[in-house]
Amino acid sequence: MRVLGLILCGSNQDNLKPLTRIRTSAAVPMFGKYRAIDFTLSNMVNSGISKVGVLTQYNPRSLMDHLAGGKEWNLDRKRGGIFILQPFMVGSGESIYYKGTADAIFQNISLLRKGDEDFVLIGSGDHIYNMSYMDLFKYHIRKGADITVISSKICREDSRICDYGQLAVDNDGRISEFVEKPTDCIYEDISMGVYFINKALLLELLYSSVPNNGYDMVRDIIIPNISKLRVYAYKHSGYWRNIKKSIKEYYDTNMDILKREVRKELFYSGRKIYTKLKDYAPPKININACVSNSLIADGCIVNGQVKNSIISRGVIIKAGASVENSIIMEDSVIEEGAILKNAILDKSVTLRNAKRIEGIGEILTIEKDSVI
Amino acid sequence: MMNVVSLILAGGQGTRLGVITNEIAKPAVPFAGKYRMIDFTVSNCVNSGITKVGVVTQYMPHELMEHLGIGKPWDLDIKGGGLYILSPYLSRLTSSWYKGTADAVYQNMDFIRKYNPDFVLVLSGDHIYKMDYNELIDYHIEKGADCTIACMEVPYSEASRFGIMVTDPFEQIIEFQEKPAQPKGTLASLGIYVFSWEYLKRVLTEDAMDHESENDFGKNIIPRAVSRHERLFAYNFEGYWRDVGTLTSYLDTNLEILGPLPPLDLHDKSWKIYTQSAELPPAYISENAKVIKSFISEGAEVYGEVENTVVFQGVIIEEGSTVKNSVLMDGCVIGKNTILQDVIVCEKARIGSESRIGVGEFKESLIDKKVYNSNITVIGYNSVIPQGIIIGKNCVIDNYVTENDFSVKEVQSGEGIIKQI
Repeated sequence: MRVLGLILCGSNQDNLKPLTRIRTSAAVPMFGKYRAIDFTLSNMVNSGISKVGVLTQYNPRSLMDHLAGGKEWNLDRKRGGIFILQPFMVGSGESIYYKGTADAIFQNISLLRKGDEDFVLIGSGDHIYNMSYMDLFKYHIRKGADITVISSKICREDSRICDYGQLAVDNDGRISEFVEKPTDCIYEDISMGVYFINKALLLELLYSSVPNNGYDMVRDIIIPNISKLRVYAYKHSGYWRNIKKSIKEYYDTNMDILKREVRKELFYSGRKIYTKLKDYAPPKININACVSNSLIADGCIVNGQVKNSIISRGVIIKAGASVENSIIMEDSVIEEGAILKNAILDKSVTLRNAKRIEGIGEILTIEKDSVI
Repeated sequence: MMNVVSLILAGGQGTRLGVITNEIAKPAVPFAGKYRMIDFTVSNCVNSGITKVGVVTQYMPHELMEHLGIGKPWDLDIKGGGLYILSPYLSRLTSSWYKGTADAVYQNMDFIRKYNPDFVLVLSGDHIYKMDYNELIDYHIEKGADCTIACMEVPYSEASRFGIMVTDPFEQIIEFQEKPAQPKGTLASLGIYVFSWEYLKRVLTEDAMDHESENDFGKNIIPRAVSRHERLFAYNFEGYWRDVGTLTSYLDTNLEILGPLPPLDLHDKSWKIYTQSAELPPAYISENAKVIKSFISEGAEVYGEVENTVVFQGVIIEEGSTVKNSVLMDGCVIGKNTILQDVIVCEKARIGSESRIGVGEFKESLIDKKVYNSNITVIGYNSVIPQGIIIGKNCVIDNYVTENDFSVKEVQSGEGIIKQI
């Protein structure tokens, strides 16, 4: 089975500012060494997909630097490989940005038409999960589905439920109703925003929708056709988070990694998550350090106290400094005696000695390259 | 930019490292949490801008070859050069293993000839050091030398382990003693040579014709050249350099990097050491864990106490355990409430809970006094130590030992479990 992977990381409608002021949400650092897109990209590679298009338009420099030629994911191939798909100017000079998910794919339709793949898997760059799509492929064929949507369950009480598309799924797994971001909780099954579809059908749907101003994959293609096409839900019962929803969701997802079972599922399932390597030495925990319930990445030197925190690659925590309930991104420095609590420090932030930063009631976010 | 080819001699057996080098060549021995010994020499080459690198293998090369691959982690997967594994081969006329270090280079002269370099660096794959070879080559050019040998001052008591050089005031070598009983000086060869290519061709060909010769740089090539007053110079290297030959020096060199001002700073970003990574998430240190003065590598999970220890990738130390002054290589598992002191645990070994290893008093080894002669206990690759076992000091547990191989609950100091082949 030949499958083309497409990863959508275009939107700037996220709630992660200021982390996304300088980068797209797919390039947001995760778990001390990864970026959000590593998960979907590794999932695709681990499922045998060797041709992946990454659709991006919003501040992609950081993402492009991260992905480069796709070497770390074994996507530096002669056949297939990684394609970074940016919007581009055509003839007249009118600027064309992607107007929606369907439009983004439509503008790069030549990638679909040229290849010899039979199916297309459309994923999103800011979802955190480790999953093999192999069973999804089989499920799709067994059900004779036209489109298969990966679904997850969120209990009705969860406040996040209204942020997602909700699905009415019958006993056979067929979706009879797809409600995009309702104001109320109607169904517990939600769409993970991952779609598996026959390529010829996708081409047909795009050609009939996008030229008629139907730019959105869900609103203009799936929902209007829900009764005409066989749209199925494939249930994913494992860990899955969409970090784009809010700073709190981003923070909580990072902190989830401090749980042994989450680490086990995301990283030790036998399917590795690949990322750009930095070749730093292992972290050094010095004599006066005190580290508890924390993730410490390569290249760190810890002299102070660290509690319930994620410390990314190359961070220096000097003697007498104290870090609690925080996420510190790459190459930041916490100087002597500084105190950090309930905060997210973006990359290369310096917290000068004896300074104190504390998020009270909410998580405080400090922008990249700040010196405090 | 000079045209330089490096040949890294990586056939070393490392017999005094005991079970650690039973299955792998010495340059493939894990070091400092994520590296292998050969990473230092290969990284020195690429950091010095040398991108034509041959690695000469002979003894147990599989793990070494798997690690090096086509040199991707060192950016040596390139056109017009790169990293090549040079294994012993059959030719139409002769066939033999590499007899000595010089023979290993002689048999690969075709590889060097292909690049027709100005200079050839002959290096060793099992030394731990950071060196900018450009400085060595600049010195070689400045002196108009045929061959330049990097060397270092060593304590007089150590001198008989090395090749010792006596130099004139212009640093030309006037006398060379290979591992002398009575050293005439303390300037020791580091096994790092730079040769002018034309000169190297001549001396190697001549040496190969000499059937009396052991075809070794230290034993034959260098002494002969010195006796003929050829232009051999000593380059005095003042940086960090270690030959990790024994279990004691292996443990010491590993633990040396844990100090507040380590002599070898692996966190220095201006001279990175590259390696093949296991690609695991960052290390996790739990709520009740206590970690000081240690390296905790990616994928490691620490729930117990760790002090003055190098913890490699993917190691799990369960709750209630205490590990001190030890090296735990990739993928080891230490069960609950276990105590380890002065122990080298090789890759993927599993130690059961409620065990105590490295306890008691030192006793002379009944296995091999030449190899096992310190407080250090070694647990071999993939070995399984059952629950509740007590193992003394200076013990050795072989590679691939299983629970069934333990007929006793206690292994006394100086004893061990060696599998019969």
